Amino acid sequence: MKLKKILPQIITLLFIVLIFGFFTMNAQENMDTRGIQFGFGFLKQEASFDIQFSLIDYDGSMSYARAYLVGLLNTLLVSFIGIILCTLLGTVIGVARLSSNYLIRKTASFYIEFFRNIPLLLQIFFWYFAALRALPMPEDAPLLFGSFFMTIKGLYTPAPVWNNFDIFLITLIIALVIIYFFNKFAKKKQEEEGKQYPKFLISLGIFIILPALSFVVGGVDLSWSFPKLNQLALTSFTYKGGMGIPPELIALTLALTLYTATFIAENVRAGIQGVGKGQKEAAASIGLTSGQVLKLVIMPQALRIIIPPTTNQYLNLTKNSSLAAAIAYPDLVLVFAGTAMMQTGRAIEIVGITMATYLTISLTISLFMNWYNKKIAIQEK
Amino acid sequence: MSNINFLKPNKKNINLFLFLGILFFTLGIFDFCLNNFYESNITGFLPGFISFFSPLIFCMIGLYFIRIEFSGFKILDELNKNINTNNFNAALSVSIIILIIFSATPLLNWFILDATFIGDSKEACTGSGACWVYIKTWFNRFMYGMYPNAEQWRVNATFIIVLGLMGAGYFFPLKYRKYLTFYYVIILPIISFLLIYYLISGGEFGLEWVETGAWGGLSLTFIVSFFSLIFCFPIGMMLALGRRSDLGVVKYSSLSFIEFWRGVPLITVLFMSAVMFPMFLPDGTYVDKLIRVIVAITLFEAAYTAEVIRGGLQALPRGQYDAAKSLGMGYWRLHLLIILPQALKLVIPGIANTFLALVKDTPLIFVVGLLELVGMLNLAKTNPKWLGFSMEGYVFAGIIFWIICYSMSKYSQSLELKYKTDR
Repeated sequence: MKLKKILPQIITLLFIVLIFGFFTMNAQENMDTRGIQFGFGFLKQEASFDIQFSLIDYDGSMSYARAYLVGLLNTLLVSFIGIILCTLLGTVIGVARLSSNYLIRKTASFYIEFFRNIPLLLQIFFWYFAALRALPMPEDAPLLFGSFFMTIKGLYTPAPVWNNFDIFLITLIIALVIIYFFNKFAKKKQEEEGKQYPKFLISLGIFIILPALSFVVGGVDLSWSFPKLNQLALTSFTYKGGMGIPPELIALTLALTLYTATFIAENVRAGIQGVGKGQKEAAASIGLTSGQVLKLVIMPQALRIIIPPTTNQYLNLTKNSSLAAAIAYPDLVLVFAGTAMMQTGRAIEIVGITMATYLTISLTISLFMNWYNKKIAIQEK
Repeated sequence: MSNINFLKPNKKNINLFLFLGILFFTLGIFDFCLNNFYESNITGFLPGFISFFSPLIFCMIGLYFIRIEFSGFKILDELNKNINTNNFNAALSVSIIILIIFSATPLLNWFILDATFIGDSKEACTGSGACWVYIKTWFNRFMYGMYPNAEQWRVNATFIIVLGLMGAGYFFPLKYRKYLTFYYVIILPIISFLLIYYLISGGEFGLEWVETGAWGGLSLTFIVSFFSLIFCFPIGMMLALGRRSDLGVVKYSSLSFIEFWRGVPLITVLFMSAVMFPMFLPDGTYVDKLIRVIVAITLFEAAYTAEVIRGGLQALPRGQYDAAKSLGMGYWRLHLLIILPQALKLVIPGIANTFLALVKDTPLIFVVGLLELVGMLNLAKTNPKWLGFSMEGYVFAGIIFWIICYSMSKYSQSLELKYKTDR
């Protein structure tokens, strides 16, 4: 009986050790013959390649570690934007899927069936190489809504120019802290005395008034710099001022959002459908308004069903953002596992670091979500 | 008849209201079509804002007039119930109808009316629509990659034989039914591998040898997905069982294996198989690129399959385990005969989703230099003789992938219904 339990474990262990041993031995031998030393010292060397788009200061004279950081931030940027947009779109489509209106329902399901059955890579290529390439050149681009230019070289928008931005940021944080404590206080009051405050309105008020005060008193100042057409040479034009969003970022965000929103829409639909009809009727029968029914009865229960699979989709979106490499958006994979590896030839270290990074992101998000899940789970008495 | 209240459409004057409603609705659509296709605005005398929304307003007035409860006309009642319950719904419905008209015509023009179908060079494409000549000329490349034209019958023959063998399971005599799983999991992959090795790759029996680098197009998509699908299923099953095992080492090694593959993007896995894996092999060993890719995708998808199957295992009531154990069944008999058949039935949708994801992931193999359908498109796009047709290519590939994935998901839904047993 004992043997039956121990033998499979020993075999598994042996198998794992053998495979790892075999691989390490070979890697050691191969690196010896090629004269490569395993190590991460190369991270401090000068990268000497340029990156088209970066959120932090970067140029070729900086180290590989800095290039890694640029790539990582770009990956996080596109994931962040994508997650927000696909949540919004997915929720709308998911609710529309349950609409009583036949046309709305069918349009939503057409959208879902259409976008989720086409490979994401193909969609990225489509937006980047086919759709965005049909846009006008900078010199012919029309002005949209008085301040935007949509050109083949990207989207140009006005950029905010701040004075004393840090003061504004601090008031914003203070406002959030006050709102948090106020909500806690209001909840306690409601539980103890049954007194209800217009929580949402007061929170919104604090959120608007405090930062607004910083403009009046704190010396914060905001102005906009608009993009202007600038002629470099006879046929070469660019925009000066404003903020330029590269077409790679637009194509990638668009494709990721449209693709992931289909899955989130299905989650939202399943979540809302998963709340029993009796719950809605019971809530209505004790006299809650339809808004209260949605806020206090349906949503808390639906969210419990919606959140776990949606977290998975967020993770998928983050991992899928690595397809950026295919259209040369400088994300982690392109900058680090692409360019940096070509230059240094350190395959094991670089692929290892890249994978470890994604693994860390994934595990962090899933740990956070497990915690959140536990928090909102039904507390059975 | 003398006092008709136009604000309250009622059944008494139904004919009048129907007439008015249809009139206004038609007027709205007509106004929109004129605006959109002939650039003439019949409501131009109104202020700009109202003029812009005039089709919407006309249609909504029309829908308002026909919103009559219990009218006695079955079609009208259905219509009101489904798209016209209140003003808000009516506005949404009208917007969608207008949107459909707005987008359908340019699409139709581009796809069919203005498109070029006949010809054999870029010069034939003079219309403003799609140039399907491009697809026609490159069709062989999109299907077979760089595979020599004269040898393409070998690819076709292999696919037909493999499809036949897959379908053969349906015609198994009842007596041999119990070997069906064995056939699909062991015999079929071996036969298919031998077929692909000897027929597509060639090199023996007087067939010309074609290196895997020349394989490509849609047939490569099929080859990669086929093998990954077949292998990832048993591996995923073992991992799922391992993860639920009560043997510490087995459990935690399965767990870390699954979490590792699920935590990294496929593109880095392919990078690993392309640049890192050769470092791990003894000097001088060479594993074919295609095999490395198939192994990478298989391991990657096996982790996802394992999680799906684990969901099914967890959903089974404890009583099933206890009952089987009380009959004296050991671990393997318990799982193979009692647990897995029920669990797998439960997870058909999840498995289908994983398989779909696998098919949709195959284009990624471009990172190791293998060109399946999407890769071939990108290659053809850069051909100097055929510049500027990327749109047609992507639309073509999109349609093909859509058909494959959509039919797979519909098939999985029918399977789900077929094996559904009410408890």
